[in-house]
Amino acid sequence: MIEVNEKIAIDHGLKKDEYKKICELLKRNPNLTELGIFSAMWNEHCSYKSSKKHLKKLNTKGKKVIQGPGENAGVIDIGDDDAIVFKIESHNHPSFIEPYQGAATGVGGILRDVFTMGARPIANLNSIHFGSPSNKKTKSLLRGVVQGIGGYGNCIGVPTIAGQTSFDESYNGNILVNAMTLGLVKKDKIFYSKAAGLNKPVIYVGSKTGRDGIHGASMASAKFDDKIEEKKPTVQVGDPFTEKLLLEACLELMRDDSIIAIQDMGAAGLTSSSVEMASKGKLGIELHLDKVPCREENMSPYEIMLSESQERMLIVLENGKEKKAKEIFDKWNLDFSVIGKTTNSKNIELYFDKNKVANIPIDLLSEEAPEYDRKWKKSKLPQKIKFTKKDFKNLKITDVLKKILASPNVCSKEWIWEQYDHTVMGDTIQKPGGDAGVVRVHGSEKAIAATVDSSASYCYAHPFSGGKQIVCETWRNLICVGAEPIAITNCLNFGNPEKPENMGEFVECVEGLNEASKYLNFPVVSGNVSFYNETKDKGIKPTPTIGGVGLIKNYKDMITMDLKETGNIIFVVGKTEGHLDQSIFAKEVLNEKKGPPPEINLFNEKNNGETVLKLIKDKLIRSAHDVSLGGIMTGIAKMCIKGKKGINFYKYKGLIDKFEFFFSEDQGRYIIEVKKENVDKVKKILDKNSNHYDLIGEVIEGNISINDEPTLSVDKLADYNKDWLNKYMVN
Amino acid sequence: MKSSVIIFPGSNCDRDMDVALKKFGFKNKMVWHNDNVIPKSDLVVLPGGFSYGDYLRCGSIAAKSNIINSVIEFANKGGLVIGICNGFQILIETGLVTGALLRNKYLKFICKNIFVKANKTHNKYFNKIKKDILELHIAHNDGNYFCSKDDLKSMQDNDQIAIRYCDSNGEISEKSNPNGSIQNIAGVFNEKKNILGMMPHPERVIDNCLSSNDGSYFFENLLSNMK
Repeated sequence: MIEVNEKIAIDHGLKKDEYKKICELLKRNPNLTELGIFSAMWNEHCSYKSSKKHLKKLNTKGKKVIQGPGENAGVIDIGDDDAIVFKIESHNHPSFIEPYQGAATGVGGILRDVFTMGARPIANLNSIHFGSPSNKKTKSLLRGVVQGIGGYGNCIGVPTIAGQTSFDESYNGNILVNAMTLGLVKKDKIFYSKAAGLNKPVIYVGSKTGRDGIHGASMASAKFDDKIEEKKPTVQVGDPFTEKLLLEACLELMRDDSIIAIQDMGAAGLTSSSVEMASKGKLGIELHLDKVPCREENMSPYEIMLSESQERMLIVLENGKEKKAKEIFDKWNLDFSVIGKTTNSKNIELYFDKNKVANIPIDLLSEEAPEYDRKWKKSKLPQKIKFTKKDFKNLKITDVLKKILASPNVCSKEWIWEQYDHTVMGDTIQKPGGDAGVVRVHGSEKAIAATVDSSASYCYAHPFSGGKQIVCETWRNLICVGAEPIAITNCLNFGNPEKPENMGEFVECVEGLNEASKYLNFPVVSGNVSFYNETKDKGIKPTPTIGGVGLIKNYKDMITMDLKETGNIIFVVGKTEGHLDQSIFAKEVLNEKKGPPPEINLFNEKNNGETVLKLIKDKLIRSAHDVSLGGIMTGIAKMCIKGKKGINFYKYKGLIDKFEFFFSEDQGRYIIEVKKENVDKVKKILDKNSNHYDLIGEVIEGNISINDEPTLSVDKLADYNKDWLNKYMVN
Repeated sequence: MKSSVIIFPGSNCDRDMDVALKKFGFKNKMVWHNDNVIPKSDLVVLPGGFSYGDYLRCGSIAAKSNIINSVIEFANKGGLVIGICNGFQILIETGLVTGALLRNKYLKFICKNIFVKANKTHNKYFNKIKKDILELHIAHNDGNYFCSKDDLKSMQDNDQIAIRYCDSNGEISEKSNPNGSIQNIAGVFNEKKNILGMMPHPERVIDNCLSSNDGSYFFENLLSNMK
């Protein structure tokens, strides 16, 4: 075997002083296999070395939290002994190199994280971000990613119920692919990754190990340069068919108590799964690598330990349960091999053909992994832009609306989600395109709502406010379908943490999201950090993605955003102050990209949300939608399009300019549709709870009618909204 | 009435079909692909999914599975057999129904509600359904039905075209054809009309809170004919 030196360590992505520390801790030089293991465990992706310090501050506790961060996924209590397991994870780097397989294995990985815990996956979501539509790579990346997500999720038979897609030139060289999965489990049947007991058999199940994905986690911890094509071999190849078999086999084995601990082989494969299980149990582990089922010949211990072949699991089993477990995996035609056992050595000891090929104290790989207090730069709140009447001269509301509805970030994403099976499992009661996706809890009256959100331009303008805003938007999206928000998962996509500006964006976004999470009692139960989203020194805009989950106690109480009946009255709950900076209107129409993001008033946010939820529960609201990108006018137009109805706006008499009223993106607002006979009742409740509200119009058939402006046909608007992406992808 | 749903490795609509059949009063059993004999049944269903990963060609490996001979025997004796989506692809691969299912015309997976017009003559699947146009749901990548001119003619002459894609008014046109199928064909019968292969999933539209409730008519009608 080659002698390890500093240069080889650096080629493995380790820093000089990190290599020095390894030699000191081991009191010798590592061999190549050991170096590979260190590099896999100490990279950013597995060790969270730059983020750990800040993630510790997150609000992770709550009455309904069964399991917070630190496990394969978070778990929340939804009553009646049912629990929801969920997590979001990034697969950014591989998806840029090979969009189909990168995205597909992203979905496969997050599904495994969820069913590892004993839960049957019941819904998938995704948040995907691409470069500018005019960038020559964007179209093929979008096509590949969407087909990859669909290819995996459709085959395994889990509905993709919601998602988010954005375009921004900052993603030209680094697209983002974040995948989220929710699973359902009985509270007393949750499985964890903590090993326990000595001499317990360690079992390898699933696909065979190949040479694919070696160093995937290290690649995901590095920035890109011109030689990116050379990185293709680090991308894993997914096989959803095998994953489906693995899912069914694992759930079958989980019916009794054979399993002590289980962990999927995700990033850094066999290395991180074995180290994590032993580390959590404060045990040692002994593995015989010649017993690992391999699909290629002559694989070395180094390759076996670092392969990221997909669809594999590591299980610590109770003694004597091997035979029964093997029968199950045989039935599903999957490999099953006893490859080692737990020990009291507190070391990971690897053997190959009876020779000891590595021996590392487990603490050195986990507890002793580096933790950095990176330098970070505080950002200033940008100065507010003073918009004047002059800026809006010559503009017509109807023209602006058409432009916004057809803009890449607001247009309908039906072209995307029609390619995802969103109805398999037969419980989808709200499909993609609404504020949140909703699935019934199979066989019960309950339903689960889920959404993913991010607002990179708000975060870029002011990370602290942006971080707060996304959590609030997620909360609002859940409320809009009638769900009680319970908890969130976060996927923190940032640039290079070694740069104080990028690190500052991370720190302040996390502070912002934490503040909102605390105030709204909306804890973080799982998540993932993706740094080094940077190509040739150009980083992405900070893009924390938040996945939110909420509960609807009786699925019949769910509501949707489509307008329901003519004659109903439209309210906007929450105050419209006219904040245009960073809005779609400012950027797309006025070409003004500066200014601060809208402010978040957490008191109003909570108060407005709680009142709207109460109104929904009292069946006083026919449809609801939160006010987000493009303001009130865009929001109401979408409600019209979905419901194939129109609106007659009342004459606008407010103090701010009508463009500010209709297109500003002030936060904490909801558009609600109320039956005429309930208007007084709703007003009374809103007054009693001190919620600001405006009555803006009445539902009519087929047209949007604004005073002094030409009437717009909703059918035509629907075409504007839908056509952009269709045409972009076809041409 | 007794039904059996076959589970192939990679089937993923097996549970949904089980739920639907039970909801409408069938006594359903799940049957493993490696078994040799189907239990005593009045109806056998090949569910949707990606049997054997759809490797080689959709449905082709399932058509060689252990259980399939028993299904063929059951069908040849006149037993009722339904293949939905991947199940339709399997029926085609076994030769129990005529034609081929190609990649969708626009080369994309399509998941959405569609309308179909059903053939109500001389079959137990659609005969007494009161609605002329059903709103069902499709989710597939390879549902572009094709067959030779001669086969098409003989199927037409023998009333074997089961359902055709149409719009909400019942108009059958290029615009209402989601995947490029010849003659907008969404499902076909065998000659005796005891076997039905179709791309739409009736089991996904059996409640008002789902995207449609029209699948209920299908199951109710089928059961009423079997009593």
